[in-house]
Amino acid sequence: MTRKQRRLILIGASLGVLAIAAALVLSALRDSIVFFNSPTDLAEKHAAPGTRMRIGGLVKPGSIERADNLQIRFAVTDGKTDVAVHYQGIVPDLFREGQGVVAEGKLEPGGTFAADAVLAKHDERYMPREVVDALKKSGRWQEGDEASRGSKSQ
Amino acid sequence: MIPELGHYALVLALALGLIQSVTPMVGARKHDPVLMRLAGSTALMQFGFVAFSFLTLVICYVTSDFSVATVYENSHSMMPLIYKITSVWGNHEGSMLLWVLILSLFGALVAIFGVNLPTTLKARVLSVQSWIACAFYLFILVTSNPFLRLPQAPFEGRDLNPILQDIGLAIHPPLLYLGYVGFSIAFSFAIAALIEGRIDAAWARWVRPWTLAAWIFLTVGIAMGSYWAYYELGWGGFWFWDPVENASLMPWLAGTALLHSAVVMEKRNALKIWTLLLAILAFSLSLIGTFLVRSGVLTSVHTFANDPSRGVFILAILVVFIGGGLTLFAWRAPMLKQGGLFAPISREAALVLNNLFLTTACLTVFVGTLYPLALEALTGDKISVGAPFFNLTFGPLFIPLLLVMPFGPLMAWKRGDIFGATQRLMAAFGMAIVVIILTFWVVDRSSILAPFGIGLATFVMIGAGVDMVERIGLFRVPFSVARQRAAGVPRSAWGTALAHFGIGVTLLGIICVSAWASERIVALKPSETISLSGYELTFDGMVQRSGPNFRELAAKFTVRKGGVPIGVMEPSKRSFPSRATTTTEAALMTRGASQLYLSLGDTNDDGSISIRLYHKPMVLLIWLGAVIMALGGSLSLSDRRLRIGAPKPASKSAMQAAE
Repeated sequence: MTRKQRRLILIGASLGVLAIAAALVLSALRDSIVFFNSPTDLAEKHAAPGTRMRIGGLVKPGSIERADNLQIRFAVTDGKTDVAVHYQGIVPDLFREGQGVVAEGKLEPGGTFAADAVLAKHDERYMPREVVDALKKSGRWQEGDEASRGSKSQ
Repeated sequence: MIPELGHYALVLALALGLIQSVTPMVGARKHDPVLMRLAGSTALMQFGFVAFSFLTLVICYVTSDFSVATVYENSHSMMPLIYKITSVWGNHEGSMLLWVLILSLFGALVAIFGVNLPTTLKARVLSVQSWIACAFYLFILVTSNPFLRLPQAPFEGRDLNPILQDIGLAIHPPLLYLGYVGFSIAFSFAIAALIEGRIDAAWARWVRPWTLAAWIFLTVGIAMGSYWAYYELGWGGFWFWDPVENASLMPWLAGTALLHSAVVMEKRNALKIWTLLLAILAFSLSLIGTFLVRSGVLTSVHTFANDPSRGVFILAILVVFIGGGLTLFAWRAPMLKQGGLFAPISREAALVLNNLFLTTACLTVFVGTLYPLALEALTGDKISVGAPFFNLTFGPLFIPLLLVMPFGPLMAWKRGDIFGATQRLMAAFGMAIVVIILTFWVVDRSSILAPFGIGLATFVMIGAGVDMVERIGLFRVPFSVARQRAAGVPRSAWGTALAHFGIGVTLLGIICVSAWASERIVALKPSETISLSGYELTFDGMVQRSGPNFRELAAKFTVRKGGVPIGVMEPSKRSFPSRATTTTEAALMTRGASQLYLSLGDTNDDGSISIRLYHKPMVLLIWLGAVIMALGGSLSLSDRRLRIGAPKPASKSAMQAAE
């Protein structure tokens, strides 16, 4: 075999693997990514029920209701719009009223959000970036808010 | 006074770094030995100054000097000493100082152990290493000075993020950084070789030990981080495909590819240009990882508080080094001499295949990690790419890699015999089939995938041993003869077998946990019992305790198996008043390689407590496998042919032979 033929085999194999990888990536990107929406986005977009998505904002003060079997209901708000969320399971340590939260799940036909995962921030000084952006959009965020939040909680 | 000294030492290190960036390069061009030799001394002095600077910061933390801003932000006078020390790198500024400490350490090590390197190459390598160091000294001094003073010293610090108050933090970041930064040596060697315009098999022999050392640290560092997240975050997951984790996985994949292609280059003088490119890419991915973690562009479960303005600086470093490195590569690489030839069926070809799959897998991780950023920049849509994406892309690319892995070491260089290799792997293949059938019949008939996964792991593990068993004639010759032969086999061959075996072990753990882990989430009242996978747990009651800087509410559980008590588990919730934060401390009970995992949720109004109980079969194998891989790497590193410093002068080895 000449050098040229060998090189062709090598290039062919590389392109083959790359093509497979590209096909995998494209199909996975179509099926398995999850969009993030703020409560206002959700109201404006009229998202179809049943689509997987993430929503984020603040846990509305006074909205948390617990029931048997680790059922929990709460509202996520960005200051303009609220979304009712229900979830079964254990919420993170930093899940509190008035704190930032991100929930992943599906929108139900009635407009409630059925979450199967609830993520809160891991540090009282750190706010999920999506939540910050959602609050900025609805005009509820002021620069330096994060710092003042940190000192208030002490 | 002390922090100012540390700050000043860092400035001096920068000044030395600037000298080292220019002078040896000029010396190498003019063949001036005096200018070239300067690099060795400045590299050692740089390390000395950075180490001093780091030490002063440690002193500030240990003595709780809250007049220093970072100490105030991240420490507390009541913290145990070990956490006072680890909180030095539990924040952005300190962790960057650790970064440059390790960077200068590697520079100093090259200066010490590189005695056999050609003088011009050594001078250029140290010079390039110093470019990187200078960029990061500047980054620290300009944007993230850890020695900044507060106008008035507060009485008490704000405490370290409680989730980081764990022994895992003491070990994980330094190991990871040793890995990340270790690839800088391969990068410097690649750039130096491109500037020099000459590259040969000896180059690979010099670069391989450094790459191997970095790879070992990175492997252990990633495994450690995974175990830490597993027990500390309370979700019982071992890998989240979180951007920060991906940031460490990408250099690992590229580094693994580099290790393998460097073997081809060393033994057969082939794949030279490709190896150079991988050396540049591995460190580029480390830099990208640092950028992703440090700049705050990505949302992640374990980034510290971030300041996006720093991102611009790191982005500039990225552009200069990655862009510059690749441009230099594109310009100079075509001038390098072509390497050796090999047949499509040969050891070289097997290693090429390994590289192909590893780099492609790395590419899919890269796309999955950066696609959300690109999409947001272009369309404003926010998305998250999680486990489903990576399972669909990374998984299918890794399966063929694992299938061909046992063939590699059985092939001869230049021209291999695929039928011979297949025959020799028949035993491993047969065992895998038996295991698949057994798993299917005995353990789980509900799924086909899991038994095949177990079969693949068996094939990988046994396949890794085949070459060794044949070489030493185990089962064919008397045991004592086999043992003698075993001692004669080079350690690097043992290292390969062991590392490949480790991959099989990790795979086995991942398959078992993914397929057969069970979980229950319930609310329990005192004296109630739940059962899971044959274990019964009785909730005995709650206990209040207090630690040095936290209060703890622990729940006591008695664990029984078949009615016989086998132990107590005490998961807890810790609340840290200084940060008004709670953390969940999961309780783990190890049974063989499996674990029971119990973590607490909220206390409910009716006196019950929410708990999450998992049974994780064979979960420890995941990390054990990584440790075995690292041991394999260390064994290979201790091979005399590869010992740091590389080939001994001819006269010395001749003398040894004569003895």
